[in-house]
Amino acid sequence: MPWIDACAADDIEEEDVLRWDHAGRTYALYHGIDGAFFCTDGLCTHEQVHLADGLVMDYVIECPKHNGQFDYRTGKALRAPVCDNLATYPAKEEDGRVLVLIE
Amino acid sequence: MTPSSDARPESPTGAAHDYSLTGPSSRHAVEAGLVAAEWYHSDVPRKVMKQLMQRSDGPAIRDTLLWVALHIALAVGGIYFWGSWLAAPFWLAYGVIYGSACDSRWHECGHGTAFRTRWMNDVVYHIASFQVMRNPVNWRWSHARHHTDTIIVGRDPEIVWMHPIKLGLKALAYVGIVDAWQSLKTLIRNAGGTLSDDEKDYIPESERPRAIFWARIHVAIYALTALCALVILLSGGGWKAVIPFLLIGGPRIYGCWHMVMMGLLQHGGLAEDVLDHRLNSRTVYINPISRWIYWNMNYHVEHHMFPMVPYHALPALHAVIKDDLPKPDPSIWAAYKDMMQAIMRQRREPGYYLKRDLPETARPYLETLHAAVPERVMA
Repeated sequence: MPWIDACAADDIEEEDVLRWDHAGRTYALYHGIDGAFFCTDGLCTHEQVHLADGLVMDYVIECPKHNGQFDYRTGKALRAPVCDNLATYPAKEEDGRVLVLIE
Repeated sequence: MTPSSDARPESPTGAAHDYSLTGPSSRHAVEAGLVAAEWYHSDVPRKVMKQLMQRSDGPAIRDTLLWVALHIALAVGGIYFWGSWLAAPFWLAYGVIYGSACDSRWHECGHGTAFRTRWMNDVVYHIASFQVMRNPVNWRWSHARHHTDTIIVGRDPEIVWMHPIKLGLKALAYVGIVDAWQSLKTLIRNAGGTLSDDEKDYIPESERPRAIFWARIHVAIYALTALCALVILLSGGGWKAVIPFLLIGGPRIYGCWHMVMMGLLQHGGLAEDVLDHRLNSRTVYINPISRWIYWNMNYHVEHHMFPMVPYHALPALHAVIKDDLPKPDPSIWAAYKDMMQAIMRQRREPGYYLKRDLPETARPYLETLHAAVPERVMA
């Protein structure tokens, strides 16, 4: 599968998140505090809420509706009411662009 | 504010007065597209919202230290002056600090927004849950549902004003007797290993053993309190045997009035089964002492629209979006006047609700009831 060009690296501030819609699905792209980029499914696993409206704290994304938390590097659910982990996808920066590998 | 003449039609199924989470109202809510739907949000630029959502330990540590200090100082005063009328103001104030301030601490720490540090939220959440006599597991999940489906009949387990409204019971809520008794019965039932059908509807199976565990802890503390009272009584302490109950459990009865006073205003007289928090929640300007006790939850429309914003940033959020909201009630008294007029009319016309005027700068109320949300990929 080819890497997909999602957005410019400077579209996402450090320690922030951006919604990215691709091929009928929605994803969340993160710019971590170490400068690295990450990608997860865009909707919370508890209710269908866009995580891109939430708050990034270090490596944690907090859902804007019920304050459930995930580690966006691994997708691990960290705080109720989320119980199910979040799908993650490989992401990287190349030549100022954020690339994502969607299987 | 002017009450609207718009009256919500009665459900053709006659389901409007069924507030259970497993009955016809629940099915009706699903069919009407009211469940886990897309709600109205005022526009706030992402940069501003990011700033408002920022977490900090400072304000909540300050407020919690004061809260703990007040518990200690007021309890010491109440015990020191025991036997004199001078003890009364200490106990009355202790009651509010324990039996009312606990509600806002439970609420904010349940959201995880009070402190930045997670364990601090958890510790205060458990203490406050005990004080307010709520099973910390059940109520975490019921409150999540309250935010998903706010005042959606058949879905929201935290609807306080159920139609037909019984004003006598509402008045009794200020002295907490009925509510505390019901809460204690629920804790005892949970401690015995039983969850109701409604509780099972919103608590995932994996969480249910924890609900039972925490109910047992709460019941054990109440049993220990009763034991202490008995020991004092049997050792000739007389009326001093009341002190353990004044310290633990009792404030949920004699000190809950402020919690009830504010809590009834949150959604009272407003709409059921809508997807716009401006139609079903109320913001009220209140005095600074009540704001401290209530941790700014008087900004209730703002809280429901953006639950990520910590209590200490709600006044700033209000300033950002107030031009898109109905004008807040100027005082608790004014809010009660408005609410009670609507409540009295609701007793005659069950479909009626208070539809407040929006300022010219506001976007119109969201009148449509369903918006599609995209598909989700599961891990």
